[in-house]
Amino acid sequence: METLRFRFDGRQALPAGEHHALVGVVASGNLEVLLERLPLDGAMEIHIVTAARGFGEIWQAVLGDFAARHPLRDLRISINDVGATPAVVSLRLSQALEALQESAP
Amino acid sequence: MKPPHAKATAAEPSAVNAVHDSSTRSFYEADARARIAGLLDRASFREFVGPCRRMASPHLTPLDQPGAFDDGVVVGEGLLRGRRVLIAAQQGAFLGGGVGEVHGAKLTGLLERAVTERPAAVLLLLDTGGVRLHEANAGLIAISEILRATLAARAAGVAVLALIGSGNGAFGGMGIVARCCSAVLMSEEGRLSLSGPEVIETVRGVEEFDARDRALVWRVTGGKHRFLLGEANLLVADRIDAFADAVLAALDGLHESGDSLVALEREQTRLSQRIADYGDCRDGLEIWRRQGIAEPERLPLLDTAEFLAAAATRGTPCN
Amino acid sequence: MQLMPLLERLFPLGHSILRRDDVFSGSARTAAGEVTLIGTANRREVGIDDALQLAAAVLASTREHPQRPILMLVDTAGQRLSRRDELLGINAYFAHLARTLELARRRGARLVTLVYGEAVSGGFLSFGLMADQIYALAGAQIRVMDLRAMARVTKQPLDKLEALSRSSPVFAPGVDNYVRMGAVESVWQDDLAAALLAALARPAEGDRRRERGAERGGRTLACDVAAAVRAGEA
Repeated sequence: METLRFRFDGRQALPAGEHHALVGVVASGNLEVLLERLPLDGAMEIHIVTAARGFGEIWQAVLGDFAARHPLRDLRISINDVGATPAVVSLRLSQALEALQESAP
Repeated sequence: MKPPHAKATAAEPSAVNAVHDSSTRSFYEADARARIAGLLDRASFREFVGPCRRMASPHLTPLDQPGAFDDGVVVGEGLLRGRRVLIAAQQGAFLGGGVGEVHGAKLTGLLERAVTERPAAVLLLLDTGGVRLHEANAGLIAISEILRATLAARAAGVAVLALIGSGNGAFGGMGIVARCCSAVLMSEEGRLSLSGPEVIETVRGVEEFDARDRALVWRVTGGKHRFLLGEANLLVADRIDAFADAVLAALDGLHESGDSLVALEREQTRLSQRIADYGDCRDGLEIWRRQGIAEPERLPLLDTAEFLAAAATRGTPCN
Repeated sequence: MQLMPLLERLFPLGHSILRRDDVFSGSARTAAGEVTLIGTANRREVGIDDALQLAAAVLASTREHPQRPILMLVDTAGQRLSRRDELLGINAYFAHLARTLELARRRGARLVTLVYGEAVSGGFLSFGLMADQIYALAGAQIRVMDLRAMARVTKQPLDKLEALSRSSPVFAPGVDNYVRMGAVESVWQDDLAAALLAALARPAEGDRRRERGAERGGRTLACDVAAAVRAGEA
């Protein structure tokens, strides 16, 4: 297993919505993504636990791309991964962001 | 022709239909959170010890297995068609829905809460092979605690319902827990038993149980067989709203007060009679035929409504 | 230990059991009065017929002597692995046995278990683990599966699991691990009759296994997690 941490400076405030959102499952080829609104000095912090070692650069690329498209402030992203492909990671991140912004009725 | 479960579509704009979108979808295909969202009234669910608490199992890291923030089970409370319920849903894709220390404690805590909160019911959405082998001792003890807490909740007057329509079904110790509940609600896709066919095949050989023969596995453990045997109280179509209907139907007229001596003596007779009637059978087909069902081999092919109609013709009362 | 010498050591005042294959029930005399006995021997794999036989004895005890303690003597290699038993719903037969024991408890019977041989998963869940207090003999074995099978399932090397099992009680077989996790109260040595009397004299206190597991450091989370859920914490 490997633990990875990333931090990106945010420029956009998160739109209103839920306090947190969880999507995905910790299963082979899949991952779970937990988003939480937290005061982080305007940063987006990402914490990953992955079963697959040695993919730090790929994570960096995928998450860098996500952070460039969504330079969000004060957001913590926590991931438990069992070897998901970059495409699945991107999909789950988008789904999680969508779920976080769903307005409560 | 439209299949019966393809009613509401996303194109219909009203909020009511938006709710139907999630509730008419397949129970089998949904994951734990989607099952809860589809069963409960919109936005009524409140999760206990949710993912932000990061109450993951500490026993997986030494085995190089990432944990899950909810340890593979979602528990909380909400409204089902206006009735206050406590609800738990196992995440079948995470380690086969296996019960470990934290996972099990969440289920036990929920059942204990029922004794003081007195909800209309506790709903257990089971999707599990039983004990999580990565923490086997903790899992075995936890299931024993769940079992006792289930019986204690019922003795305190709270109905506990097992909903089984998932990929893993309810196996191992959780198959025992299911039958300690007030009632068992299943879909055809659900399975309920004790030892997995793979385990039996591995230990006793393929002649005893061919785990790759999916049709046979369903004739031995599947929802239709369990219904015909009287093991599942209700058999429903694989739709989340059909399970919600079944919950209301099961609660209707159910006055839970725990097992009485009379009820258990009746069960003793029923289970003895089952061995006398079917103890030499090795395939559901033989039992269904003895129950007087015409052309039993067609039962696996029928949809739920057709199947229930055919099942109503059986002569021997199910036991 | 074999069943017959065990019974003699437990019940110097006498006992009477009816044994069919390796499943038995009966009664015994102690200084504190009669107890009902149920149990298995010779590493019996518990099947549906066995579960019914045990349940019948529990129901009879509850019907005729609701307050009489029930002692469960456990030696089982687990549930019977058979397609026929699964077909007829072995989980229901086990649930039925557990429910008869719960009823006995609610009607005032103390439930005590002694693991004197092996105690393995399903066969243990349906009766022995239902007791208020569970004890074991020093030479007994309690497990879900052996370490080699564990290694296959978890895809981990055996030596790594063996090393881990020295520090963690959660997955390796062994009575001591179940003591640390709170499921087994203690190990009985020497005077078994006296140990039984002491167990019968203890008041019933509900399911305290999580608390004991936390106190003993073998199961540190279960107690707090269940309490948090019970309190409805977010």
